[in-house]
Amino acid sequence: MKAIYKKEVKSYLTSMIGYVFIFFILLLEGIYFTAYNLQNAYPLFGTTLSAVTFIFLILVPVLTMKTIAEERKQKTDQLLLTAPVSVSEIVLGKFLAVATVYAIPVLIICLYPMIMGKYGTVSYAMAYTAVLGFALLGFAQIAVGVFWSSVTENPVIAAVVTFIVLFVCYMITGIGSLIPDSSMASLACYMLLVLLAAVWIYHMIRNLWIAAVIGIAGEAALAITYVVKSTLFEGSIQKFLAVFDITSHFDNFTNGILDLQGVVYFLSVIIIFLVLTVQTITKRRWN
Amino acid sequence: MIEVKNLVKKYGDHIAVDHLSFHVDKGQIYGFLGPNGAGKSTTMNIMTGYIASTSGEVLIDGHNILEEPEAAKKCIGYLPEQPPLYFDMTVAEYLKFAAELKKVSKYERETQIEQVMELTGITAMENRLIKNLSKGYKQRVGLAQAILGYPEIIILDEPTVGLDPKQIIEIRELIRKLSEEHTIILSSHILSEVSAVCDYIMIINHGKLVASDTTENLMNHSLGSNTLELTVKGEKQDVEKMLRDVEEIQKLEWKPGENEKTVSMVITTEEKTDIREKLFYMMAEAKMPIMNMQFTKVSLEDIFLELTQNETAPVPDEQGTKPESAPKDETGTDTEKENETEQEAHDESNL
Repeated sequence: MKAIYKKEVKSYLTSMIGYVFIFFILLLEGIYFTAYNLQNAYPLFGTTLSAVTFIFLILVPVLTMKTIAEERKQKTDQLLLTAPVSVSEIVLGKFLAVATVYAIPVLIICLYPMIMGKYGTVSYAMAYTAVLGFALLGFAQIAVGVFWSSVTENPVIAAVVTFIVLFVCYMITGIGSLIPDSSMASLACYMLLVLLAAVWIYHMIRNLWIAAVIGIAGEAALAITYVVKSTLFEGSIQKFLAVFDITSHFDNFTNGILDLQGVVYFLSVIIIFLVLTVQTITKRRWN
Repeated sequence: MIEVKNLVKKYGDHIAVDHLSFHVDKGQIYGFLGPNGAGKSTTMNIMTGYIASTSGEVLIDGHNILEEPEAAKKCIGYLPEQPPLYFDMTVAEYLKFAAELKKVSKYERETQIEQVMELTGITAMENRLIKNLSKGYKQRVGLAQAILGYPEIIILDEPTVGLDPKQIIEIRELIRKLSEEHTIILSSHILSEVSAVCDYIMIINHGKLVASDTTENLMNHSLGSNTLELTVKGEKQDVEKMLRDVEEIQKLEWKPGENEKTVSMVITTEEKTDIREKLFYMMAEAKMPIMNMQFTKVSLEDIFLELTQNETAPVPDEQGTKPESAPKDETGTDTEKENETEQEAHDESNL
């Protein structure tokens, strides 16, 4: 793992890609910092950080697209997978390397509240809580990017898919608010989701019977619940979709609240996507 | 050392490896031989744990490659068909990474990297970026990577493809040198390659083991020892009349002579009978000088073609729906060209 980690960090810092990433985050953060905190003397640092989260949509895909896809494309994965290291070590090494590259601008950003402190009173606890949330948000999105890089062997496709996924997650609260919050609308959405899940299961296991049974059972359960207690569905699709809004879990940190729920959420996203990455790589060896 | 039992690998409906079983003993050079798409690379990829088999098992030094992957992989150094190189690293950086990945201890790393570079002749390239190296040097860097950590088994997938004749000879010498302390398995679709270095040959076709024996046995077993080529100065009728009395002759096949005064023929005799002396005195008595007489040379090529073509005939090419067959054919024409140059290279080395 250490070997892979060292090699990856080095390759980011000997090519353009790592520096471009660090440059853009610092540039944007610098602009907002100057405008909000320095010129207008706004005391909350969290707001400045939340203003730049949109840049992850573009920078994370660029940073993560090559992690695993490129290895497959160049067939260097043959070296990694035939070496005495486990797949989890490979994935973890790669993730930690990208996380390290991301940690560099975050550490530099840590200096900003101190600059503000020179001109007035700043709550450092609130400011650094926001930085912690910012770091976790970045790590979680990087895990998503690493996963998509393991799905395809074309880095460009990996980048595009990661962008789309992150973009949809970013917009999903807005999309959810377009759906009426009546219980009927929620039921319709859930039924559609169950149907999609059944199709996906069929695609994965190629067994029509199992897929059909799962699909019908799911739809029936939804229908029964609706008949028994339809109020359960009111506005529930919006709540359900909000789970996928990664960025919104950063909101509490913005206001300087150490949101444990948010910490758990981000860590879960990281773990889930890294496990999925390991599974994707392992599964491919059986195909 | 290596025990392969009933290995099967299916890609959809296409069977790449079909119930392959063999075992490899310590300290010898084994050659996997087979036409393009025979399943050589797939077998090697399974043995090294890069891909998993559909069924069957591989034991490396007693360790199952799927159950104890790390212990098994530690015994193997692998050079895949396309050397797994990071183009934006220098040779030294790459080997350092490979050594660390293979868990070579910190204290041995430096010396081992130097030794390996020395062995493969890339010391001068140490600080060059891999992307700027020629194909031959890239191949050597790949080979150096496979040797790192001095694993007991070194598996090389087509190690000499794309190299020039001089490099091929060098790599062969290197393989022989390595075989003193390591067990080596190499694959090739080039026969001269395999017969030149390997102690033991396994011929694979359509994922099945067609023949496996020592190189010597494989050559001797051939029909070569009982067919004799003969050219005699004289009239055809006279020669025919004389040979009719030789009872060892089973078959006589006439060939066009070198010129009008000579006749040529191929004589097939019973197994393990040498009639050369008898023929010599016979012809000498009849004052018909023998211009040429020798056993037919049967090359590995003939054995190979005989074995693989017999196999191909009954198999109707998987209903022609092999998705992989098209790209493989493309590379096939490519490698065949290389094949020719290889052959020339070998001929040169024989001279």
